[in-house]
Amino acid sequence: MKRFKGFVIKEFYHIFRDYRTMVILFGMPLVQIMLFGFAITTEINNAGIAILDNSKDATTQKICNKLLSSGYFKLEANLTDYKEIEPSFRKGKIKEVIIFENNFAQKLETEKKADIQIVADASDPNTASLLTSYTTNIINNYQLELMKTRQLPMQINPEVKMLYNEELKSVFMFVPGTITVLLMLISAMMTSISITREKELGTMEILLASPLKPIQIVVGKVVPYVFISFMIAVIILVLGFTVFGMPVQGSLFLLMGECLLFILMALSLGILISTVTQTQQTAMMISMFALMLPTILLSGFIFPIENMPLPLQIFSNIVPPKWFIIIIKNIMLKGVGLAYIWKETLIILGMTVFFIALSVKKFKIRLG
Amino acid sequence: MSEIAISVNNLSKKYGDITAINNLSFEINKGELFGFIGPDGAGKTTLFRILCTLLLPDTGSASLCSFDAVKDYKKIRNIIGYMPGKFSLYQDLSVEENLSFFATIFGTTLEENYDLIRDIYIQIEPFKTRQAGKLSGGMKQKLALCCAMIHKPEVLVLDEPTTGVDAVSRKEFWEMLRKLKESGITIIVSTPYMDEASLCDRVALIQGGNIMSTDTPENIISQFDTALYAVKTHSMYQMMLDLKDWNQTETAYLFGQYMHLTIKDKDNNTIEAYLKSKSHKDIEIKQITPNIEDAFMRLMSK
Repeated sequence: MKRFKGFVIKEFYHIFRDYRTMVILFGMPLVQIMLFGFAITTEINNAGIAILDNSKDATTQKICNKLLSSGYFKLEANLTDYKEIEPSFRKGKIKEVIIFENNFAQKLETEKKADIQIVADASDPNTASLLTSYTTNIINNYQLELMKTRQLPMQINPEVKMLYNEELKSVFMFVPGTITVLLMLISAMMTSISITREKELGTMEILLASPLKPIQIVVGKVVPYVFISFMIAVIILVLGFTVFGMPVQGSLFLLMGECLLFILMALSLGILISTVTQTQQTAMMISMFALMLPTILLSGFIFPIENMPLPLQIFSNIVPPKWFIIIIKNIMLKGVGLAYIWKETLIILGMTVFFIALSVKKFKIRLG
Repeated sequence: MSEIAISVNNLSKKYGDITAINNLSFEINKGELFGFIGPDGAGKTTLFRILCTLLLPDTGSASLCSFDAVKDYKKIRNIIGYMPGKFSLYQDLSVEENLSFFATIFGTTLEENYDLIRDIYIQIEPFKTRQAGKLSGGMKQKLALCCAMIHKPEVLVLDEPTTGVDAVSRKEFWEMLRKLKESGITIIVSTPYMDEASLCDRVALIQGGNIMSTDTPENIISQFDTALYAVKTHSMYQMMLDLKDWNQTETAYLFGQYMHLTIKDKDNNTIEAYLKSKSHKDIEIKQITPNIEDAFMRLMSK
């Protein structure tokens, strides 16, 4: 145990002496979250919209006034026919079209139910989702006002339709996504590099020729990075909450536990990489291409999995971050408990065990 | 008869088609300072790695302190101190941190075995807070030696510890090894420098994976069975070419200002006659006592 402690202390020396890497390690979450946070426009002013009012009655007029007086929208065109929708989008000036059905007010009175269709240009998915949510909010407010004055249950159904990118993802996606990418990067890449560094410098030769057990070497390598990765996860969550108001609806304890599990998975993947590579360079390349790209592209972080071609959809199942993103999204946004995400948790747990078993089997007690 | 510390029987190792070591057998006594002398690629490092349980031999067996290098590798790893050929300490750790790290992983402390390394450590102690990567070559080797013996190993395995080290440090280093030997540690050391051979108790000349000869340095010199001449003329380069062409030449190689030459003929007058016939001036020929390097050169050319 004393040997193990000595080894871990040595690892911390390595990490803390390498200022440049330290700056990158702790600077990266800051930069990434700021980039993702601010590059995605969260404020909307005077977005061009068009209105296709098939009813042209007092109620639709009121709703339109409410929308336009909110300051978020600017009326670019009044349409008269469905056929005009497509061309007006193509002109690029409008981002959203609001369509009232025939006899809107009448229907609301008699059937207590009327429909509004909201069509948004989702080629810019984030703006589109913001616009539609603003619009539906305003309509819902109006509905509440109606219910107060009339004491009658009435329902206006805003039907949102996204053009060009139907599977739109939430803007809050970037916090879970950034956590996933960074934990993966730091855990897997840093451990694989730190083990291959010993091989490259020849110190592994001495370590192997010493009474240290392989398991002590491997676990000793991992422990410092568990701490660092965990700290980074906390930094991202705190930033997400303070700067962007990203809530954690579910249990914080559960969230942290899942983060820890994911960190362990990534670390064991890093060890596995280091057992099959000899140089830091290859370890880094493998971590970059075999881990980073799938993490960013195939996990559902940026591109929705549902929109991918079938082979990629199937492949995405073996990309661990996919499951982790589902887990933290559910905990943070939906506030669900373990009962709803036990399946995903189990998958990650299984992957962790698999990677550890494989790397222990592959770890060489000798050179060559 | 002293106890056997290391025993190697018919040891062979191949990398693909290349034979690194070929059917080696030897024994090293406890407390001996044993040198492996040979050029780069002779198989020294491979042999040492097998002894240190870092490589598996293809055939044959090796044992250290009666532990088998394959089966009992865990036990061997407790009793050896290994210093690889490449500087293998943590460059970003200070001298002191390196030492105490290696002390810890071997389950001991710096204080406990301070006596053992004191003579060496005292020379690098003024720099104990300096990072190991910033030490000079000689200092690095001294530190590496300290680290390799901090746990009081029974066998010290040093792979080319003096390669790339200046002449003064090399001398100091060997003096340290002689001192260490007195404390009863078995030391095996490899080196490409033939002149260091005379500092060992016994040496093995290793070339192309084979051991050419194993003996004390004195005996190896006494095996030199012919007359050795040192030759010098006004044009050394031309003489070298001429001697290589001469059908009487056995071995001829440059050694400092002279060429060391052995000939098939017993009569040394033929040398002068030959050189004169090649119009050399200022000819100087003298018979000399061979040193260990001459002995090796002769063994290697056989």
